[in-house]
Amino acid sequence: MILRGKVWKFGDNIDTDAIIPARYLNTSDPRELARHIMEDADKEFPNKVKLGDMIIAGANFGCGSSREHAPIAIKAAGIQAVVAKSFARIFYRNAFNIGLPIFESEDASEKIREGDEIEINADKGIIKNITKKEEYTAKPIPQFMQELISAGGLIEWTKKKLQSLKQPI
Amino acid sequence: MTITEKILAVHSGRKEVSPGELINAKVDLVLANDITAPIAITEFKKIGAKNVFNKDRVALIPDHFAPQKDIKAAEQCKMLRDFSREYSLGLYFEVGRMGIEHALLPEEGLVVPGDLIIGADSHTCTYGALGAFSTGVGSTDVASAMAAGECWFKVPESMKFIYYGKLSKWVGGKDLILHTIGDIGVDGAIYMAMEFEGETIRTLPMHARLTMCNMAIEAGGKNGIIVPDDITERYVKGRAKRGYKFYTSDKDAKYVEVKEYDCSKIPLTVSCPHLPSNIKPAAELFEVAIDQVVIGSCTNGRIEDLREAAEVIKGKKVNPNVRMIVIPATQKIYLQAIKERLVEIFINADAVVSTPTCGPCLGGHMGVLAKGERAIATTNRNFVGRMGHPESEVYLSNPAVAAASAVKGRIAVPEEVI
Repeated sequence: MILRGKVWKFGDNIDTDAIIPARYLNTSDPRELARHIMEDADKEFPNKVKLGDMIIAGANFGCGSSREHAPIAIKAAGIQAVVAKSFARIFYRNAFNIGLPIFESEDASEKIREGDEIEINADKGIIKNITKKEEYTAKPIPQFMQELISAGGLIEWTKKKLQSLKQPI
Repeated sequence: MTITEKILAVHSGRKEVSPGELINAKVDLVLANDITAPIAITEFKKIGAKNVFNKDRVALIPDHFAPQKDIKAAEQCKMLRDFSREYSLGLYFEVGRMGIEHALLPEEGLVVPGDLIIGADSHTCTYGALGAFSTGVGSTDVASAMAAGECWFKVPESMKFIYYGKLSKWVGGKDLILHTIGDIGVDGAIYMAMEFEGETIRTLPMHARLTMCNMAIEAGGKNGIIVPDDITERYVKGRAKRGYKFYTSDKDAKYVEVKEYDCSKIPLTVSCPHLPSNIKPAAELFEVAIDQVVIGSCTNGRIEDLREAAEVIKGKKVNPNVRMIVIPATQKIYLQAIKERLVEIFINADAVVSTPTCGPCLGGHMGVLAKGERAIATTNRNFVGRMGHPESEVYLSNPAVAAASAVKGRIAVPEEVI
């Protein structure tokens, strides 16, 4: 899978309240959530972001609440992938579970600037900076996560597992 | 092995596990609330399972925007109610019986030592105080576990935190955990088990242990955990609805890091905007004027927290520039507070006392902040916009500091008002 898009840059410790404020969590409709994406980090962001854009962030992206609404809102806003120095644990799980591509790369997080155009080779974990003509490597995706991705997400994986156990479904 | 590794090993049918390993483990309880359960229910239905893995081990608790704050919240709460009826769930808690999930489940003896618990709420790590492995996950993880009774985990590395020395007056579990988060940072324990021990912990009452484990997530931790002892036994005995087991950490258990804290040197601590790690001694913040005080939440809404606040505010008045909101975390706590006449103390002081809800902690309802307003709260997060307007501010403290601040109209310490 090759992903190509323009970058929006954020700092360290972007929490889930910044990604999707709790005041909007009286719904789980992805389109409604997308309307408020990153609103408390950058008020204008929901208007600026375009289909196919990417987010590059610092350390501990997605810290705080367990709300799956955070990766759902990012995905529904048309953002293709998030690259960060590191991800908070629950956000990391949630992103894989719902099929939002995320990559950990210190190099990319530090060197990519807002507005750069990048291309991510998801299978090889290589991030190319088209604007700057640089290349960075992402941490390899753990084997089990790859299994989840190829199964089509956790729900499909669970379905297959229950079938293989011949549990009534 | 550490206590965390032992519980994970037993639940995955292995003799041993080591950090970094990916395992599938059986869960003893799965929970979700009115914010996270709707997505879990939708995803669960996609799996097509006829039943949940065990009707008495799936807990659905409408506590965040309940009592239903608006039509959309009411629709979400209704999804929990309908699903619970459809699948005959034994652990659905309607308004009137519900409380804040992480206060309610330990109180009711529905989470017990030795358990493996997952919840679609980041503060699920609270139950580590009982010597259980419990951690927050997302809604899809909960959907999968509701069907299969299992969840995948990466066995975490463990960090040990040793607390020694006598606590100063009014200093408690909240101050210890804020101090710890301040020391290691909001990602200081990312992906790790945080094991709390030491002589101070061994005499620390259960409510304060629950407060500490509750905020492990605020340091990025996967779980907080305390090896069970006599205090655990006294708390669990008479409540536990199931059999329980005490696990300990071996003498040769491996820790990636060990931190030690002299508790006699830990002051009343306040976490300043906009990160829980941004701590300062309360005594250095006397110039910070406040508009609102919130006493409650899964962190500090237990009866002991209300007693502490009442002791400080008894016979005094909330400052005319301040709104003070007290939220007992469960119905039982609420009733106990009435019996002990704590509610009377709060109302006589011009505070309001609300029905149990997470409410203002996440800027939902029952005390949302306007632009430029500032609160001191016994809650757990002070991110931008957490309690309301993105330009409002939240300071985090223990209940005694919050109550003293309500009287003074600025951040204060109990000695100033008593």
